[in-house]
Amino acid sequence: MNRNQSYHRGRIVVLCLISCLLMAGLMGRLFFLMIFRSEHYSQMAEELHQRERTIKAARGQILDRNGTVIATNRTVCTISVIHNQIKDKEQVIAALSDALGISPEDIRKKVEKYSAREIVATNVDKDLGDQIRNYRLDGVKVDEDYKRYYPYGSLASKVLGFTGGDNQGIIGLEVKYESWLKGTNGLILTQADAAGVEIDNAFEDRVEPVAGADLRITLDVNIQTYAQQAALKVMEEKGAKRVSVIVMNPQNGEILAMVNVPEFDLNNPFTLNTEPEEGTTASKQDLLNQMWRNPSINDTYEPGSTFKIITAAAGLEEGVVSLADTFSCPGFRIVEDRKIRCHKVGGHGSENFLQGAMNSCNPVFIDVGQRLGVERYYHYFSQFGLLGKTGIDLPGEAATIMHKKENMGLVELATVSFGQSFQITPLQLITTASSIVNGGNRVTPHFGMSAVSSDGTRIQNFSYPVKEGIVSEETSRTMRDILEHVVAEGSGKKASIEGYRIGGKTATSEKLPRSLKRYISSFLGFAPADNPQVMALITIDEPVGIYYGGTIAAPVIADLFENILPYMGIEKEQKTNTIMEPKGRTSLAQAAKYS
Amino acid sequence: MPKPKKKTRRFYDYSLLFAIVFLTIFGLVMIYSASSYMAQITYKGNAAYLMTRQGIIAMGGFVLMIIISKMDYRWYAKFSGFAIVLSWALMIAVSLVGKEVNGKKRWLGGDTLRFQPTELVKITVIVAMAALITRIGKDVDRPAGIARAVLITLPLAGIVAANNLSSGIIIAGIGFVMMFVASRRKLPYALCVAFGALLITFAGPIGNVLTGLKILKPYQMNRINVWLDPEAYPTTGGYQVLQGLYAIGSGGLFGKGLGESIQKLGFVPEAQNDMIFSIICEELGLFGAVSVILIFAFMIYRFMLIAGNAPDLFGALIVVGVMGHIAIQVILNIAVVTNTIPNTGITLPFISYGGTSVLFLMVEMGMVLSVSNQIKLEK
Repeated sequence: MNRNQSYHRGRIVVLCLISCLLMAGLMGRLFFLMIFRSEHYSQMAEELHQRERTIKAARGQILDRNGTVIATNRTVCTISVIHNQIKDKEQVIAALSDALGISPEDIRKKVEKYSAREIVATNVDKDLGDQIRNYRLDGVKVDEDYKRYYPYGSLASKVLGFTGGDNQGIIGLEVKYESWLKGTNGLILTQADAAGVEIDNAFEDRVEPVAGADLRITLDVNIQTYAQQAALKVMEEKGAKRVSVIVMNPQNGEILAMVNVPEFDLNNPFTLNTEPEEGTTASKQDLLNQMWRNPSINDTYEPGSTFKIITAAAGLEEGVVSLADTFSCPGFRIVEDRKIRCHKVGGHGSENFLQGAMNSCNPVFIDVGQRLGVERYYHYFSQFGLLGKTGIDLPGEAATIMHKKENMGLVELATVSFGQSFQITPLQLITTASSIVNGGNRVTPHFGMSAVSSDGTRIQNFSYPVKEGIVSEETSRTMRDILEHVVAEGSGKKASIEGYRIGGKTATSEKLPRSLKRYISSFLGFAPADNPQVMALITIDEPVGIYYGGTIAAPVIADLFENILPYMGIEKEQKTNTIMEPKGRTSLAQAAKYS
Repeated sequence: MPKPKKKTRRFYDYSLLFAIVFLTIFGLVMIYSASSYMAQITYKGNAAYLMTRQGIIAMGGFVLMIIISKMDYRWYAKFSGFAIVLSWALMIAVSLVGKEVNGKKRWLGGDTLRFQPTELVKITVIVAMAALITRIGKDVDRPAGIARAVLITLPLAGIVAANNLSSGIIIAGIGFVMMFVASRRKLPYALCVAFGALLITFAGPIGNVLTGLKILKPYQMNRINVWLDPEAYPTTGGYQVLQGLYAIGSGGLFGKGLGESIQKLGFVPEAQNDMIFSIICEELGLFGAVSVILIFAFMIYRFMLIAGNAPDLFGALIVVGVMGHIAIQVILNIAVVTNTIPNTGITLPFISYGGTSVLFLMVEMGMVLSVSNQIKLEK
């Protein structure tokens, strides 16, 4: 047998040396990778392992002007399953199906899906969530979350709006003030395995969420509630399609109430509030969009006689008419080749301007319009802010639909003078009327008062532009007088309340096409007439039977005022009033003129 | 050397035995660490599934090793012919009816008990080459002798390489190392090594040329590209290498601590297999990784001593074969994991998960210990 010779030993030593050299080389390589490249690879690995989980920030509350909470959050739960952690599949399916009322097949699909996390149900009540958590099922996760909750249900639904699945505002103030309300989500940074499953006991980094700011709005829940009751009552009595009521402080544009009945339930915004009409082909989404519309600002209408306020103010401001000017009404007025009728077929006969306004006589206002002419009328239309939008802090405001100046002839001018052949929103009307009677300051109607950060440290008060001097104080005072007469002795007398000085104007607008004989009855009123603190506009859409604004709309406002004026601290005139502002007292003296 | 005694005493390499036991147990700990998280997902909560399996086989292997170490190694030479026939039979069988795992036909047997014949081929080549070289004597440097050696090694390496390139390379490498030790010539072996080194240094350009000539398949070229710049191919082929590098890099000097690896949580695919060294780096740091390499180096040093003192050439060559096997596999595995050479599937001896591998490693160790046991301590 061969010997193990010395040269073999030499070769074996060489082999060992080569092996050790190569190993030393690999150690060098490791040294390079683990010391010099360590930071680079650690960072890349960290990015790979890190998972972000957001912690939802609580959405800010919405409070009315008195601090009553009208939109808040309720804790709800999200139920999800984690495939890898489920131990008893059948038990999970049975328990979840039973508790959530979801079919076992649907849950099975989610349980068997190989994913990091599968959401089974969202917006589950906290009680039910706690119950499921108490089952202590492996692989079932119950996460708490916030859901928007509206304690007053349908109150001011079209104004407040609601939020969607991610707690984001969808319509109304919820969307307009989204950036204030939503807050900043927090973060949980954890480490996860390759399948995305979070590692227990791993280092967690937490960024706390910042709750959204609370929004204080000008709405008054009591006034809103009362106005809604009144609107519902008249809608039912008159078989109307819709009734809208806007209550506003004409001095600063604060909206105290905005009712659009039928309202919808903010806690179930995807449930229709009416049975769809027979044979309708509209999809559910269309019907929902229709339901969510705020007709006070999203829809325009022909204002009719309430618009005579604007014509009168323009005529007085321009000096083309005075209270004592005499007009005659034969029951119609011929403009160019058109015969435009007055609502009183027999005519009002001879009357002065004040009486014409009290009678809501069309020929009188046609004459005023014609005296102004297209150029000047258009100038005032624009100066009063009617061409633009009001700038209210609600989304989707409709713009005025008006003749182009170059297309406007005398016939168009005549119809515009008494509120026909063009369209504005109810909000635009009440805003313009407010601006005329408040001394000539074009106010911006609004809801938002202030936003208060969740910890109460930062308060942002919102301010809104005011355009002063759209009419003179003199014209404004005259307008208040005229409109007080309209209620005291004229077409709006059903709005009068014993002991209060009320100003107002009625309207009955025919809807297009005129052949359908459908009407919108409306009444615009304010009080106290000499120093308006509150203005209200009611529009009753398609009343059945008697449709005159003075007959059906004016009493609603009277009823509303009778209830809200004492609530607002506006006392009846006979009593000695200590709350009344000095301005109110001076105009009290003026009242003697009419008594 | 122990103090001399009157009676002839036989040597037994307890240092090597200790190294084997240490590496095997360390391997089990690392397998548990690397595999427990994914095992508890895959094997319904049994986190220790893979470690238990490996542990049982390692224990059986250990007993086998002790038995073999007490036998006279010269006796194995008789089996070399039979082992070659068996190896061929099993390799042909695995090519025909082999079980495919991860797209490679490497297994014989069912789901519960299966066997990788390539591990048997490694031992066969070691024993058969040792027997051949001993028999042909000085013919080892003559064409006839070289041809016989090549005829034993290369066809077996070839059939193994057909399904498992890296094992083929290891087998050819074992044959090469044994020839080198037996030969008196230097130049051809030096040239081979130099050629290999050049190949690795210029792998990129050479690969491009070969791909252009359609000798190298695009997927193989892709591996070379991945090797050159793994971060450019994070999803297409570079994933495993890159995940390994993340693990190694995030280990730092002392590591994250045993059991604290994150990369084993499904990021490094089958972390208990080929890439286990990257998990060692992540958990035990540079310190732990170098320690592991040093233990392997110590093992090779013991092989050198045993081979150098072996009573005859056959025993020396057996130890050289085993030494070549361990050295090649350790070096290639760590080179792959550290992206020093292109990616190819090689396990880390004693540590990576694999029943067949640990069983036959134990057999090889038994043979080496048997050689050590035949060293007579004289005087």
